Amino acid sequence: MTFTEADFQALVITLKLAAWTTSILLFLGTPLAWWLARSTWRYRFVAEAVVALPLILPPTVLGFYLLLVLGPQGWLGGWMNSLGLEAPAFTFSGLVMGSVLYSLPFVVQPLQDAFSSIGRRPLEVAATLGAAPWDRFFSVAVPLAMPGFLTATVLGFAHTIGEFGVVLMIGGNIPGQTKVLSIAIYDHVESMEYGQAHTLAGGLLLASFVLLMLIYASHRRFRFTKI
Amino acid sequence: MTLRASISFGQKHFQKKMDLEAPSHGVTALFGPSGCGKTSLLRALAGLDRHAESEVQFRDQIWQGKARWLPPHKRSLAFVFQEPSLFAHLTVLGNLKYAVKRRREQAAVDLDEVIALLHLNELLPRKIHQLSGGEKQRVAIARALAKGPEILLMDEPLASLDLQSKRSLLPMLEAVTWKLSTPILYVSHSLEEVTRLANYLVLMGEPGVLASGPIDEMLTNLDLPLARDADACAVMEATCVGFDEEFHLTSLGFSGGHLVVPGRVVALGKQVRLRIAARDVSLTLQHQQGTSIQNIFPATVEAFQNQGDAQVLVRLRVGEVGILARITQKSAAELGLTSQQRVFAQIKSVGLLH
Amino acid sequence: MNSNSISFFGFACLRCQPQWVWAWSLVLLVSCVKQETGVQGGDSLSLHVAVASNFAQTLEEVGAVFEREIGISLVLSPGSTGKHYAQIVHGAPFDVFLAADAEHPQRLVEQGFGVAGSNRCYAMGRLVLWSAQPGFVDKGIEVLEQNHWHHLAVANPEFAPYGKAARSALEGLGLWQSLQARLVRGENVGQAFQFVLSGNAELGLVARSQVLRLAAEARGSIWEVPQTMYPPLRQYAVILRDGDEAKAFLQFLLGEEARKIIRAAGYDLP
Repeated sequence: MTFTEADFQALVITLKLAAWTTSILLFLGTPLAWWLARSTWRYRFVAEAVVALPLILPPTVLGFYLLLVLGPQGWLGGWMNSLGLEAPAFTFSGLVMGSVLYSLPFVVQPLQDAFSSIGRRPLEVAATLGAAPWDRFFSVAVPLAMPGFLTATVLGFAHTIGEFGVVLMIGGNIPGQTKVLSIAIYDHVESMEYGQAHTLAGGLLLASFVLLMLIYASHRRFRFTKI
Repeated sequence: MTLRASISFGQKHFQKKMDLEAPSHGVTALFGPSGCGKTSLLRALAGLDRHAESEVQFRDQIWQGKARWLPPHKRSLAFVFQEPSLFAHLTVLGNLKYAVKRRREQAAVDLDEVIALLHLNELLPRKIHQLSGGEKQRVAIARALAKGPEILLMDEPLASLDLQSKRSLLPMLEAVTWKLSTPILYVSHSLEEVTRLANYLVLMGEPGVLASGPIDEMLTNLDLPLARDADACAVMEATCVGFDEEFHLTSLGFSGGHLVVPGRVVALGKQVRLRIAARDVSLTLQHQQGTSIQNIFPATVEAFQNQGDAQVLVRLRVGEVGILARITQKSAAELGLTSQQRVFAQIKSVGLLH
Repeated sequence: MNSNSISFFGFACLRCQPQWVWAWSLVLLVSCVKQETGVQGGDSLSLHVAVASNFAQTLEEVGAVFEREIGISLVLSPGSTGKHYAQIVHGAPFDVFLAADAEHPQRLVEQGFGVAGSNRCYAMGRLVLWSAQPGFVDKGIEVLEQNHWHHLAVANPEFAPYGKAARSALEGLGLWQSLQARLVRGENVGQAFQFVLSGNAELGLVARSQVLRLAAEARGSIWEVPQTMYPPLRQYAVILRDGDEAKAFLQFLLGEEARKIIRAAGYDLP
């Protein structure tokens, strides 16, 4: 049962990655989920399918495609290179991009469900009481969807912490930069350092368990009686 | 007229156009059977639904026109839905303050008065899920008033409530309509609510708006289905003019004379609304003596119409108000009923509304 | 539900309180600035090595000596050779690549990602038949023809070098077909080894280096598959970014001191 400095570094990177990913996903996922929940566009299902795609796509495959896009020869990475920026593959920002894609459904779907379950009525009421669209969104939709935000945040965070295939592929397992906890565990197992693997895996398990318990506990807290 | 609207519903294959005018004060009831489009009309007026080729004008503001669309939050109205639809994340007071924060600058509403009118003082700190159905609807009405709207739109606010809640809420609604000058557009399919609350009535049916006019004229118009209803009635306003201390009777004055009702029911000088059912009115050619009926008035037959094989519906004028009487065709023949005939109307019972 | 309890878990930031959002954004940005400087600090004196998972621990030992003597530290990224190859082709920032086979370094050189002439064999893997139970394979190859065991673990015979070696050894013995139903395939030799170590498979065709890493009393029973029964498991290194440090490392890796460590770890040497 040892906890090396390298493991600590992996833990810090993991937490940072999860924090960035979750924040970006909440920022981007909220308008997306709102649109999915309220759009009457007939081809909306196409967008919903795209959002759900990371659920079924094997992570290594997703990671490989990301590598194709974000590497220095990829269209995005190459374009960034030509602007004098670093291609995102094998950097922390590449990890964030990969994780954002991979955890997208875990944030968007709870938000979409929460927004849908509010229904149109409270927003109509707010409109007739003089609330403009943005006002309605922040004063009615967001507070009423709070359980969904909580679920989305915890699931997005936990899922990012647990992800492996995408970050291994797009990150390149570089200690101190892109080596996250799940990869550290994998490496420990591969090199038969089972003691260290147990410490990290046990910690991850415990932390995830606590996070998930928080969701369910808070759902009880946040339950609104239907009116 | 304060509100004028012309709404076109439906798409290519099914078109329905409704034209509506409502006066600038009092309660205008949109009355009609379920499914005739009352709610759709109200939603269109509020801007919750947008129908092409429609026009809505409120006072001097164009809410919807050829090249103009005012979104609902910019219209100086408030809306009470059939379900209370309170904000579950706020307390009762929070719900009221939500409206107060967003009220128009020139609106002068006394929140305390609104709270008092709907008896909400005790409920203010409560959470929404701790309220009963009737309490929720009271909060919803107060919230709408707290915005200080120039017009209040109500969509069957009592329809989803149990009988007891309805009974306790109706007097509060009456108080609201008396105390506040805000014009109200009130959708209902209950004749009782309409006769109690409305001053002006828009009668709706399958094709749209059938007729509209002051409530007393509409109820006694023999050409409209209201008068043909089994519970057909007339309403009139009367003022309390005195009490008979010996027999405990209250005397109510109106343009046709004095009506007496048992008990000391209202304060002196107070105005009340009376409802007189067609089935409670009978006709005689002479002023009857030796009868238990106290309320007998000279009346003029304005119109009459056979109803089914056995009955006749008669519209009478007593003073300046119209009332209905339903008698048998046999009685009509014996009376020799003709238009402009002078008769005596015997009123067996009177419903007191305020 | 009153507005106070919504502030649970810092969620007040979503209730029209922009100061929380700004504060959180600041935290995220600061965390990044710190990382940028942290990485650049040790860059000049370290070499970034992509290393086949099976060799990672041996390389750590070699690296420790290398750092002590030459003063350059190694940053290791263990992984499968196939994935490393894909990453290098797409610009992964590795200086040296220690593959599990000969083909991938060769291809990298041909494609211009590896420095020409720098691909050299640094170790040769040895295949062993192994059981975690003492005495189980003492009689050697005969145990494969018996029926008192259920599973034989091998690495993926399509991709993994040790899987390919296991397959050709079994084919040479004429057992490949008859044992099909009893073969369990790990993704790589590491997984095959875990199957045996955890007791889920009685037998495995694994790397000698893996068994030697166990404490002596945990090594069970082992039978060395003769080198003649499978093509040599040559592991090649290649320099990806030319430089004095990389050259010095490769030289050290092929030198006598490193060879001692590699041989002790269970590998043969070219």
